[in-house]
Amino acid sequence: MTVTVDEHGAHEVHAPKPPPTGWRRYLLAPGWIRAAWMTALFFGIGFGIVVGIRALAGWDPVIYWDAIIVVAALTAAPIGFLAGLGAFDYWLAWAFGQPTRPEDHSGHGARRWTDYFRINTDHKVIGIQYVTTTIFFFLAGGMMAMLVRAELARPEADFVDPQTYNELFSVHASLMIFLFVIPAFAGLANYVLPLMIGAPDMAFPKLNALSYWLLPIAGIMMLASFFFPGFGAGWTNYTPLSVEQPFGNVFFSMAVQWAGASSIMTALNFLVTIITMRAPGMTFWRMPLLVWANFTTSLLVVIATPFIAGSQFFVMFDKIMHTNFFDIAEGGYPLGYQHIFWFYSHPAVYIMILPGFGIVSEVISTMSRKPIFGYRLMALSLVAILILGFSVWAHHMFVAGMATWLRIPMMITTLLIAVPTGIKVFSWLATTWEGKINFSTPMLWALGFVSQFVIGGLSGIYLGAVPIDIHASDTYFIVAHIHYVLLGGSLFTIFAGIYYWFPKMTGRLYDERLGKLHFWLTFLAVNATFFPMHIIGIQGMPRRVYTYDPAFGNWNMFISISAFVLGASFLIFVYNMIVSWARGPRSPANPWRGMTLEWQVSSPPPLFNFDEIPQVVGNPYEYGVPGARHAVFNGDREMVEEEEPVRA
Amino acid sequence: MRAGSLIRVLLVALLLAAAATAVAIFIPWLPDQASKEGERIDFVFWFVTAVCIGIFSVVASLSVYSLIKFRAKPDDDTDGPPVHGHTGIEITWTVIPLILVIAMIVVSSVALAQNDREPSNAMRVEVLGQQFAWLVAYPPPGAAEDMDGFICFNREGEGLIQVNERCKASPNLVLPLDRPARLHLTARDVIHSFWVPEFRQKQDAVPGLTTEITVTPTKVGNYPFICTELCGLGHALMRTRAIVMTQSEFDSWRRRGEAR
Repeated sequence: MTVTVDEHGAHEVHAPKPPPTGWRRYLLAPGWIRAAWMTALFFGIGFGIVVGIRALAGWDPVIYWDAIIVVAALTAAPIGFLAGLGAFDYWLAWAFGQPTRPEDHSGHGARRWTDYFRINTDHKVIGIQYVTTTIFFFLAGGMMAMLVRAELARPEADFVDPQTYNELFSVHASLMIFLFVIPAFAGLANYVLPLMIGAPDMAFPKLNALSYWLLPIAGIMMLASFFFPGFGAGWTNYTPLSVEQPFGNVFFSMAVQWAGASSIMTALNFLVTIITMRAPGMTFWRMPLLVWANFTTSLLVVIATPFIAGSQFFVMFDKIMHTNFFDIAEGGYPLGYQHIFWFYSHPAVYIMILPGFGIVSEVISTMSRKPIFGYRLMALSLVAILILGFSVWAHHMFVAGMATWLRIPMMITTLLIAVPTGIKVFSWLATTWEGKINFSTPMLWALGFVSQFVIGGLSGIYLGAVPIDIHASDTYFIVAHIHYVLLGGSLFTIFAGIYYWFPKMTGRLYDERLGKLHFWLTFLAVNATFFPMHIIGIQGMPRRVYTYDPAFGNWNMFISISAFVLGASFLIFVYNMIVSWARGPRSPANPWRGMTLEWQVSSPPPLFNFDEIPQVVGNPYEYGVPGARHAVFNGDREMVEEEEPVRA
Repeated sequence: MRAGSLIRVLLVALLLAAAATAVAIFIPWLPDQASKEGERIDFVFWFVTAVCIGIFSVVASLSVYSLIKFRAKPDDDTDGPPVHGHTGIEITWTVIPLILVIAMIVVSSVALAQNDREPSNAMRVEVLGQQFAWLVAYPPPGAAEDMDGFICFNREGEGLIQVNERCKASPNLVLPLDRPARLHLTARDVIHSFWVPEFRQKQDAVPGLTTEITVTPTKVGNYPFICTELCGLGHALMRTRAIVMTQSEFDSWRRRGEAR
């Protein structure tokens, strides 16, 4: 009798619990319903912790909403949401010693559109989740820029009130940086990087899913700051201003934590994937430059991101817990904030451009039908930028009042970065030289990027030279510079990547004519919008103002009109993407005749990418080399042995 | 590269250099220049501009030529020549930018060192940034030298700042012509930033710190004096004037109000 019970119990232990049935299925199965009630539950737990502690300590008021929002709404509720969606199910079961489900691949791949709205462990699904989510936040941030330009069209304060204006440009920058550029690159790489190195997925698929689902949380937090007014200290959030801001400032501090955690997890995932999951024969010197770029970027992310997390925690603690990290009356040091902040935020500009360098290298080589010129120097210059990138943070502080001698070494390292960056630009141009250039949409974006990045790089030299920076810092010259490198730079490379891999990701072709129209409209509007900002900045217009000297009125009107054209140009993109994804013609496996591995599988690729593991036998860009192959599959072996000239 | 294409690239480069030079010269970039420090900064500006025009015309001419010349014909499916690199060229485009960068570092450092030096006959002026107005104070003549530690803006706990009554206070920055002024900046509440575009000098005013900057006005006039560090809702309105007058005008301005 007892034996039977034991046997029964032993059986229970070894098999996972059967999935719940009946009404419990809806409430307890991972998904949106469970996410809804678990979010509420965790909010309640957070509420209880705060109120309980305050009641026990006898603090007044017991129900103190500032603390409740930080603990319950910005910390506990998102954890409940993630748990409800099922992000932690596997780990929790494992941690509590429960039997874990054998991998049945049910969390893998997308069969219906609803599969994009759940915890999905397929890097291809996650990549698409990332890219579409980031484009949503890009459009939201873009709308804010339109409102900012509407205010600035005329010198008077006539459109929004000053607080709203400050919130608009602060949240605009925060969304563009933390919820568009950085995660959009992470998304594109998520999709193509495992394919490029011949891996079936990322090293940690469940971690990958979790990193994605942190993003909507961070984005909604940034947007929600408007309702509490508000986050209006600029994305740099300098203290003491940030500490005296209205309560909404903590929404930025916490959103950065969620977005930063997402970045760090993704970066770790990329590093482990690149180091351990390369296909046989894929040595470091045979990796496509996009993989190199994400390798260096991930190192930057992992090392630097904790610094911004710290800086925002300090600000928030000063604000709500009355600590004195930056309060001078209590011996705090406001410049300390800037050093910690920029120790992340300067490497962050390379986090926002190195993956773009990778994308552009892929596109230019394929579309010019030529190997990358100076491949090894291209890879090494990424490493040089990685190292130098950590030694230049204080060039954002040339007028901040830090130790004056520190400006000279920071200027030296800053200007030295021009050398590896210049190597990359020259190598891209040399790659096009004598090529057979195909001016497809991705190539237009890639070349457009090079031209804009040269202009942004040259204005960067002005800003790197301390005496000029003293005059130009915190003016519209800076605004022009960052938009040339982040919009003409990062955004153009993201578009190059989206158009280049759209056939691979969706299995369909986009409308090439609309793609080109989108490019030319954006390209012209970017220059009409941002080039004049150099002039008004040098002439004396400070940034982050809602009203300005009427002498700059005409230029600003022109800039605002151009900015509206720029905003409208993205409607073409959205239309093209939606219609082509739904109804575009089917894409062949390799529409660009690329040599890298992602083009050697179907579009979209099979569930686990490669039906057989590729054997890498050569460099990734051997265009024009007779018989050269980047990789062979078992079926191809004989063909290669016969030494037939095969063009990929 | 054949001689023919070299000549064509050179022509394009010259054309682009001419266009860029025209943009540099005919657009009024820099505002009026009204300080000795500004002269040095402008020299660096034009030096960097010359270098940038050179880099721009080389890069732009090569790209324009390459992109026009090497377009693929509509149904040309062939590949380009498999050129993997060229050590000599790669060394060249590493070393030449390095030399240019070093030149710019040297020029900038010299200008910076000269502008940073505190002249021996400098007049001490104290500037206080506060939401959302500037306050400028002038210690009595000789005070800075004679009285050790004399300051106009005394901080007394909890961020309160008292203006020493022996100082002359003014909402504008008033400076005598041709006499170096050493500005000592601080802030009452949040970070502000001193900027007079015509002086080219900018320096943050940070609560709890005293930052310093030298201005030697070279031209009588009335210039905008702007806060350039976001300091709150009134940041855009935190504008006043910097007035440069002759020494005798300045002396009588300064005596005014002292009688009271």
